[in-house]
Amino acid sequence: MSLVTKLATARRTPGRWHWTDIAAYAYLALGVVLMFGPVLWLAMSSFKTQAGLLEFPPSLLPMSQKEVVVTGHPQPLPLFTVTMPDGSTRVLAQVRRIGIQAQMVDPANPAETIRVAIDKRVPVREFKLATENYTEPLERFAFTRFLWNSVFVTVVATIITLIINSMAAYALSIYEFRGKNTVMLMVIGTLMIPITIILVPVYLVVTELGLVNSLWAVILPGAATPTGVFLLRQYMLTLPRDLIEAARMDKASEWQIYWRIVMPLAMPALAVLAIFSVMWRWNEFLWPLAVLTKTESYTLQIGLNAFQGELQTQWHYLLAMTVVTLLPVALVFVFLQRFITTGIANTGMK
Amino acid sequence: MTGPTPTAPRRDDGAGASDLIAAPLALLSRLIDWPMRAIQRVIGERRMAYVFLLPNLAFFGLFVFVPLIINVVFSVTGGAALFPSQRPYVGAGQYAYLFDCGSFLDPNSCREDHFWRGVSNTARFTLFQVTAMVLFSLVTAVVLNMRIRARGFFRAVYFFPVLLSPVVVALTWKWILQRDGLLNAGITSLGGERILFLVDPSWAMFWIVFVSIWAHMGFYTLILLAGLQAIPADLYEAAEMDATPRWRTFWRITLPLLWPNMIVVIVLALIKGVQTFDEVFVLTGGGPGTATLMVVHYIYETAFSNQVQNFGLAAAASVVLGVVLFALTLAQLAASSRKGAA
Amino acid sequence: MQRKHWISALALLAGLVAGGIAHAQTTVRIAWYSDGNEGEVVSDLLKRFEAQNKDIKVVLDQVPYKAINEALPVQLASGQGPDIARVVDIGGVARYALDLRPYLKDAGYWDKNFGPFLEWMRPQGDTNSIPGFMTQLTVTGPLVNKTLFEQAGIALPGAKATWDDWAKAVKAVATKVQAPFPLAMDRSGHRFFGLAISEGTKVFDAKGEPAVIDDGFKRGAQLVFDWHKSGVMAKELWGSVSGAAYRGANDEFKNAQVVMYVSGSWQIAQFDKTVGNAFDWVAVPSPCGAASCTGMPGGAGLIAIKATKNPEAVAKVMEYLASEPVLSEFYARSLFVPGHLGIAAKGLDYKDASPQAKAALKVFSDQVASLSPVAYKLQGFVSNRIIFNAVISRVGQAISGETTLDEAYKRIASDVEQQIAERNKK
Repeated sequence: MSLVTKLATARRTPGRWHWTDIAAYAYLALGVVLMFGPVLWLAMSSFKTQAGLLEFPPSLLPMSQKEVVVTGHPQPLPLFTVTMPDGSTRVLAQVRRIGIQAQMVDPANPAETIRVAIDKRVPVREFKLATENYTEPLERFAFTRFLWNSVFVTVVATIITLIINSMAAYALSIYEFRGKNTVMLMVIGTLMIPITIILVPVYLVVTELGLVNSLWAVILPGAATPTGVFLLRQYMLTLPRDLIEAARMDKASEWQIYWRIVMPLAMPALAVLAIFSVMWRWNEFLWPLAVLTKTESYTLQIGLNAFQGELQTQWHYLLAMTVVTLLPVALVFVFLQRFITTGIANTGMK
Repeated sequence: MTGPTPTAPRRDDGAGASDLIAAPLALLSRLIDWPMRAIQRVIGERRMAYVFLLPNLAFFGLFVFVPLIINVVFSVTGGAALFPSQRPYVGAGQYAYLFDCGSFLDPNSCREDHFWRGVSNTARFTLFQVTAMVLFSLVTAVVLNMRIRARGFFRAVYFFPVLLSPVVVALTWKWILQRDGLLNAGITSLGGERILFLVDPSWAMFWIVFVSIWAHMGFYTLILLAGLQAIPADLYEAAEMDATPRWRTFWRITLPLLWPNMIVVIVLALIKGVQTFDEVFVLTGGGPGTATLMVVHYIYETAFSNQVQNFGLAAAASVVLGVVLFALTLAQLAASSRKGAA
Repeated sequence: MQRKHWISALALLAGLVAGGIAHAQTTVRIAWYSDGNEGEVVSDLLKRFEAQNKDIKVVLDQVPYKAINEALPVQLASGQGPDIARVVDIGGVARYALDLRPYLKDAGYWDKNFGPFLEWMRPQGDTNSIPGFMTQLTVTGPLVNKTLFEQAGIALPGAKATWDDWAKAVKAVATKVQAPFPLAMDRSGHRFFGLAISEGTKVFDAKGEPAVIDDGFKRGAQLVFDWHKSGVMAKELWGSVSGAAYRGANDEFKNAQVVMYVSGSWQIAQFDKTVGNAFDWVAVPSPCGAASCTGMPGGAGLIAIKATKNPEAVAKVMEYLASEPVLSEFYARSLFVPGHLGIAAKGLDYKDASPQAKAALKVFSDQVASLSPVAYKLQGFVSNRIIFNAVISRVGQAISGETTLDEAYKRIASDVEQQIAERNKK
């Protein structure tokens, strides 16, 4: 109770409602609908049958046609609501359809066949989750293998990214040395280059190194991210220098200063980079597609897209598998939400 | 251990699980410390910077710098061979082809019109997107900075889409915007006519801007929110004492003090905008016609999707793009150094 | 069934005899994309092969089509890639293909049954090699929602009806039953050329060089353009995405929104399953133009790759998959039009198919022989996809209103010329 009342009574100036307070809450409410709605819609759609997905107007919940077993028919028959010539409606089961006529029976009285024009009948529907959208592809593919590969790539790549980028950021933020400006220029100059446009040259390098078809080919090329170095350096610049000087007085080695002083202090920025690295690695598609050709080395994103053919996309599978790959992200978010958002806010790119 | 006691404040969260991770990490650190100390003794404290830079530079050189060089080599060669050594040298031929235009303002007059359409679409998209992004993330940040309840929850709501992959974002919205999608269902149930959102050039451009804002706004909002929270509260109190109108407070106090963060947002959004590819690729496929064809999409298609994988032309286009991006980056440098001076 | 037992018993015996000699298992990798259930079918068949050949392990790497179309050429060019691949751009992969002839027990069988298709798979100038076989032959053509015609009370146009007749008929039907897509055609240059060749385009000049824009081509393009103007075709396919991107109308057809869908034989298996009993659909012979009534042949080939380390094992796998009983089963279970002359001549019994799918398969199979020679020539042309892509990209722009048709013609000619020149640059 208290949350709701507090929520409802919180306003800019205590005790008085200002129009901006109302506007603010309206804006936030709209935000909730607009931000969560689409993803919720996607998740619900993934439980619809292939036919259900294509209906217009789309039903909010996954529905499918109700079927009944009628004596004398080995298969369950689909149920329809039929408008009879006299205007009354009856619920009938369809035996077969020939052209624009349907042969139907009353489940209670299966002996009598009724002929109905097909535009006079509407399917009777019930709520039903098409879980086969999930189970079929998951059974068909080596799901656990793909999952393991994806987890391996994501975890190892993130660890490597965090370590080497933080080392570089440490060097660039704490020391004065010759060539520093060149390195900074290189980092910033490549900040904006999307991997898409150097895909082929990177592929050549990876081939020369003999890494094709190994998970390392996915992990290594993106490890040194200019963005990561930039982000961490900006944060480390704000750390108090006295701490480092004091440690040096105490004869701490440079490595110890980096590992035991700077790293713990840079936690918020590291968390932000970690999150972005995880997101990025987990979702990566184009690059793994180019370097991984063997089923046993596929990541989830590649493996679960195998049913996208030249000429057809099986939407019901595609949506379901999208939700599958989305789940870990959603979980990470639910558990680390506070950490992530405050982390970014605190990094603040000061 | 001969080293000093660490002066770093220990985060005392009392979690047993974190010790499980911390113990091996500490061991690892000690193992690395030994050779590092030896190196430090030889080269001195200052030059340790190079040691710290080394791993990153090695990766960077191998997987970013070398490919960039190869790309430049590609851009001055022709043919369909993959290995640079097998490709015939064509000099500036690819660039000449790319820049063969009657007028640079009219893509139709160019031989490679798709590239120029991509350039003009990207420029327009970026302009709309950055403007709207700044506006909406500012409004959201201001609202989130008000004395509202459940601020953490709302902050999370706006941030949530940032975590989705571009493909998921695009699929989600495609499912809503297509002919028989949710939005048209809503419109028809209110008695309206169906609108083919992704087949009309103006609507298509509107929606890719909208979706891009939907997906990334949370990140920029947080940056601005951090800036808002750093503004001293007594400034506002003083304003309130003087009975200054609220819009005036916003204009005179909030905006100027928020300016550094605004610049960060503008520059980052600009970079993102120019790079846009996946989302638009899945959502509109660059269509209708070429109304939402972006430069990166053009480069990708030239290099991969055509039967002749034209690496030379794609590389030339990417070098051009790279130069433009570099110029934008320098602008960022200038902006952030001015910010530092301010 | 009995024969199978017999073979496996023999294989077991051979295994026992060879047991003493420790021979390493060779692995053959196949990169395979699927449109329907063919991936499951082939992996079934391969399991049988492995049971018979203990020394060869076959791994089927099931990939998205994107991997075959975009990544595979780069992999092959760098000497990487699988031992066997299922590809659509057969001409493009030709230079990486392995000639199986020296490794085959009975090359004559291949010449006899795959002869006309082998030409598609060979690099220019080569008349002898056997690079692989067709996992399916496809024929483009229209699929019609018969129930919508019945509901509208309009008769289906007859066998020799022209494109104009069809356009009028489907428009009338769509108006009556309020279907949003009277006529839908895949957004694909390949599909378009069925229409254009019917209208009389020759595609190549007297010397055999591509000369895409001629009167026949213009007639075809004008028809499509006008149909978009008059609402016979909806802009959602041709006028939606950019470049060479493919768009089909499968979903719309399944949902009874399309009266006539110009696509091809590969749709049958899917529609048989997904349309079910919702409405009646039929395949009809390709409508006629000024010159002929033809669709385009096409299909996906299974190609052996030169870079393989185990050509003998690859040949063995290919020989097994191409053998008549195995291939018959494969075609029959995937509901594909056979790309094997012997099987095609005998006729194939599609056991799992419904009567309407069987009827549709027959309509398409019957057309294989009557396709225009120009269509076969274009399909066998190494740079055909350059033409297809240029056409779809430029005509699409005209339809979306960005350019005029005349502008599009000029662009198509220069795109094709530039890309072929780039390909030939050495």
